[in-house]
Amino acid sequence: MTKQEEKGIYGLMAEFDDPSAVVAAAKLTRGAGYTRINAYSPYPVEELWEAIGFHKNAVSKVVFVCGLLGALGGLGLQIWTSSIDYPLNVGGRPLISWPAFIPITFECTILLAAFGAFFGNIIMNRLPQPYHPVFNVPSFSRATSDRFFLCVKADDPKFNYGNTRSFLEGLGAKEVTDVES
Amino acid sequence: MSTNYAAPAELGKTQGVAIGVGLLGIIGWIIGAVTSHDAKTTFFQTYLVAYVFWIGISLGCLGLLMVQYLGGGGWGLIIRRQLESASSTLWMMAVLFVPIVLGIHSLYHWSHPISPDEKEPVRKLLEHKAVWLNSSGFTIRAVIYFAIWIGLMFLLRKWSAAQDTTPEPNEAQSWVQKAQNWSGPGFLIYGMAVTFAAIDWVMSLDAEWFSTIFGLLTIAGQGVLSIAFLIWICVILSKHEPMAHVLKPKHFHDLGKLQLALVMVWSYFSFSQLLIIWSGNLPEEIPWYLRRFEGPWRPMGIALLVLHFVLPFLLLLSRDLKKNGRRLVMVASLLIVMRLVDLIWVIVPQFDQMASHGGEVHHSGPAQLAVYVAATLGLGGLWLGWFFWQLRQRPLIPFNDPQLAEATAAGGGH
Repeated sequence: MTKQEEKGIYGLMAEFDDPSAVVAAAKLTRGAGYTRINAYSPYPVEELWEAIGFHKNAVSKVVFVCGLLGALGGLGLQIWTSSIDYPLNVGGRPLISWPAFIPITFECTILLAAFGAFFGNIIMNRLPQPYHPVFNVPSFSRATSDRFFLCVKADDPKFNYGNTRSFLEGLGAKEVTDVES
Repeated sequence: MSTNYAAPAELGKTQGVAIGVGLLGIIGWIIGAVTSHDAKTTFFQTYLVAYVFWIGISLGCLGLLMVQYLGGGGWGLIIRRQLESASSTLWMMAVLFVPIVLGIHSLYHWSHPISPDEKEPVRKLLEHKAVWLNSSGFTIRAVIYFAIWIGLMFLLRKWSAAQDTTPEPNEAQSWVQKAQNWSGPGFLIYGMAVTFAAIDWVMSLDAEWFSTIFGLLTIAGQGVLSIAFLIWICVILSKHEPMAHVLKPKHFHDLGKLQLALVMVWSYFSFSQLLIIWSGNLPEEIPWYLRRFEGPWRPMGIALLVLHFVLPFLLLLSRDLKKNGRRLVMVASLLIVMRLVDLIWVIVPQFDQMASHGGEVHHSGPAQLAVYVAATLGLGGLWLGWFFWQLRQRPLIPFNDPQLAEATAAGGGH
């Protein structure tokens, strides 16, 4: 047992200079059988989330369901208020005059879908997160400006401190750092 | 380098199939017109629908050609040649406008002298509008519209061709810059011309009716049709080299996103028009909708709501579907069909009204509607024949464009 494993580290972090290098490294890491990996970049790199095997999250489903609820809620509210609770005769039109209800139904759809996207994103990404082990890596602050990081977590079934470290170093990382938990 | 992007020989086969289907359409069209009660009127009326359908792709692609110069990005670069070929059909469409001028009396009620037994408000309205709606004005304006569209198309194609002979990146970029500078004001003038053409050719079929959103609605409809057509062409091209290795899921993803956006824009404009006229409920506006909510037009209107908006909207929300060209093309095909249904729903009830004299309301039956489909296929043979002829002339990619490497890279920018 090495010293690091005794301490219980979070994982190993490899640092890269440019997006194509981190994408290539992520593909090789996945190819080597690692599954518990994550990547950090200053801006969205589309192939990166494919390379780390992150296909989809449930946020889009939450947005869809919220949008649907907004549509039904908006339409239902208008039908209930103007034709059931207090029937309103507007210029002799039918009580349920659906064309007039569409704009508000549309707005409610957008409103609830936007809430779903905003709060769904925050909650499902477990934000705000004032502390995360990766913040212990000194150079990690550059993940918001010009550095790309690939992290293999210590709870990966294939994780072995010595092997994983030399594997990541072999991928052309600028630096491989222990992430203290 | 240009030879690397030469059109594949298989495109000739596709062209042959399109022309073949077009010939069958023409045969059906002739049979349909001859067996109808009034061959001349049937011919001109079906011709107008087919013409408005196909010029929708010519004009929509001309608009998108300017939009992709203005906006930049890889999505525009990989479809630029398709857009140029599609808008070049305007040469042919200008000539094919002649039958509409010749058939003006079979198409437009306002082209006849105002009948003395026309009721007072209608009579006044027609007299008032005669300044704009008269045969010579109609023809002169059509010449102006085509001069604007063909002028823009000619210049944009000329500069794009010049770029093919300038391998030096800065010089190649200067041609794109030139096209971009002209596309801004060009798009504005183009939009005005399409708006007025839509008023002249389609909206004026009911001379008493007016809708201020009609021009934008037409442009949105042409956009839906053009993107659907481009998806269709890109799927065909992606089956063969050289485009097989150029077109990637991200390109279909971009086209899918544009398709979704345009479906929403079309639905938004369509509904806005309905809502405003329905709310106003005025005697000169509402009959246009009442006519389309009765008889065979009612189910067709519901089909438009479900198959031109709800279903394509829900399907296009899926990212996986948009990235998969083979599945995306099915939605695009549905939308191409629905564009024709929409045109028939907008135009044909007007011809039915012209045919209904004295109480009895005439409705076009399935056999009569089939002639419209045959006419559209028939004219489509000519249109697609010209399109593929143009597309095969030149490399399928503007290979000297400095943005090419980025546009065709596996990931990254759009």
